[in-house]
Amino acid sequence: MSTTSTRWRSVAWVLPAMVLLLVFVYYPIVENLRLSLFSWNAFSVSPTFVGLDNYRTAFGDPIFWTALRNNTVFAIVSLLCQVGVSLVLAAVLEEFVHDRLRGVLRTIYFIPAVISITVAGILFSFLYNPRIGLLNRLLDTVGLDSWQHSWLGEPGTAMGSIIAMSQWQSIGYTAILFVVAIQRIPKEFHEAAKVDGAGPVRRFFSLTVPMVREMTTLVMILTISGAFLVFNEVMVMTAGGPSNSSQVLGTWLYRNAFLNDDMGYASAIATVIFVITLGIGLVQIAVGRRRRIEY
Amino acid sequence: MTSSSPLRMQPASPVARTSLAQPTPSTSTGTMRRVTLGVARSAVWLGLALLAIAVLYPLLWMVFSSFKDNSEVFASPWGLPGELRWGNFAKAGDAGVVRYFVNSILVTTASILTTVLFSAWAAYGLVRLRVPFAGTMLGLLLGGLMLAPTVALIPLFGLLQDLRIYDSYWALIVLYTAFRIPFTTFLIRAYMTDIPGEVDEAAKLDGCTPTQAFWQVILPMCRPILVSAALLQALFAWNEFVFALVFISTGDLKTLPVGLMDMQSRLLTDWPVQFAGLTMAALPMIVLFLIGQRQFLRGLTDGIGK
Repeated sequence: MSTTSTRWRSVAWVLPAMVLLLVFVYYPIVENLRLSLFSWNAFSVSPTFVGLDNYRTAFGDPIFWTALRNNTVFAIVSLLCQVGVSLVLAAVLEEFVHDRLRGVLRTIYFIPAVISITVAGILFSFLYNPRIGLLNRLLDTVGLDSWQHSWLGEPGTAMGSIIAMSQWQSIGYTAILFVVAIQRIPKEFHEAAKVDGAGPVRRFFSLTVPMVREMTTLVMILTISGAFLVFNEVMVMTAGGPSNSSQVLGTWLYRNAFLNDDMGYASAIATVIFVITLGIGLVQIAVGRRRRIEY
Repeated sequence: MTSSSPLRMQPASPVARTSLAQPTPSTSTGTMRRVTLGVARSAVWLGLALLAIAVLYPLLWMVFSSFKDNSEVFASPWGLPGELRWGNFAKAGDAGVVRYFVNSILVTTASILTTVLFSAWAAYGLVRLRVPFAGTMLGLLLGGLMLAPTVALIPLFGLLQDLRIYDSYWALIVLYTAFRIPFTTFLIRAYMTDIPGEVDEAAKLDGCTPTQAFWQVILPMCRPILVSAALLQALFAWNEFVFALVFISTGDLKTLPVGLMDMQSRLLTDWPVQFAGLTMAALPMIVLFLIGQRQFLRGLTDGIGK
């Protein structure tokens, strides 16, 4: 039945997906590499070839390095919270909480993940607001009024405040992923460990942690690449300010492309982001492959 | 909703119940150990309760504040609103939220249809029909999972203008579909792989062409995963920001995430109306999640695990 012609006719099934993918996902990535070698803006008729000049500009640009540093800090804090805290949270939920309440808590913790980053960002910018915000009032109530800040308005606290909001939003989401991984551990393992007299802490470190290693790797990869792609949070809460202190690669790209109209430079920043995320993706594939050989 | 949610935040009674209901497994443990365990257990419960409050309170504050008036927002930030001022929602609606809402619904609905349909077709072709170059295509899909919208932003700006869909619903629908096809296809593919081949054989014996088999047999069998895929696409499209910010410039075409940001700079200090706008934007997804929780989570964990 399956002659060559029917096999070729079946291409029609995958065609729409492949065309969209190639035209709107792959072509732009390649085109971006080319564009980063030119100096151009949205109105220039003929872009001039400048070689690697845009990359030299980037590496000599202090704000580029501020942005890169902010992305890195974002990644480190998110790793601690989204992997460390989430895993503990998931284990605690599975260990201590009985069924009904566990479901309720999981639902509560997950809710921030379904509201948009824009809503969460604006909400937290109100929360941090020195005039109406709850945070300063809370500090005042507990006697820590010396800790009060104009959180998003000061260069020293802006980035940290944004990162904190992001943790609030995604901790429930990663915790759920760990819950699923923990539930895949055969029940007998925990029973056996209990019979041997291992307490909850001991069981967490010598049973749960090694058994969910695959999910841990996955969440780490997602978290790191998410941290280097962050855009929405910063755009809504500070747009990179004050005085570029909370600039990240994504917002610095946006500012250069669409406000400063330096498209070539922005393309170079995009390429840097691409290289970073590609590197993370390759690590993921390498780790996945190593694991497959192990078994 | 406003009256029942604070109740959920009191963890006191369940604490007592569980620690009584589950006696500590004592093989050879002394009283000391049991006391430490008791303390640890209370600390754990305190932590869980504090976290629940930290997660919920900002959201409750948002909802409460959207019923207050400006002076109440300042004077009693922690408390319940004195009266339910639904007028704030009407004002937020007039200030653009309704318009953004409609745009979001249009774009989200259209992209759900296209994404799920194209992905299901692709999955069917890849899993069931032995498409030529299936391996290459899978590789492309896998790579597509890792490519980020930000990197494509500048070339897409030119491309969409050349295609004359810049600053239209189509720009967003096309991009939301293209960038979500890899994830959705893998999700549906994993499910289709688990459907036994005999199903296709039986359909063929009954005289079905592959097209009929897809529409009448395979697609209906995939319904659970299609629901999950649709929900996740809804979540993505409803909340997407970068594309909506860059590729829509007409105010009337903006979707909620970008529209709300615009509104923030327009309304400045009319706090209750701003809170009302946020509440209106957040509510549909929260409700959808609470209704379809199981399908949501299946989609997330299946999509990520395979």
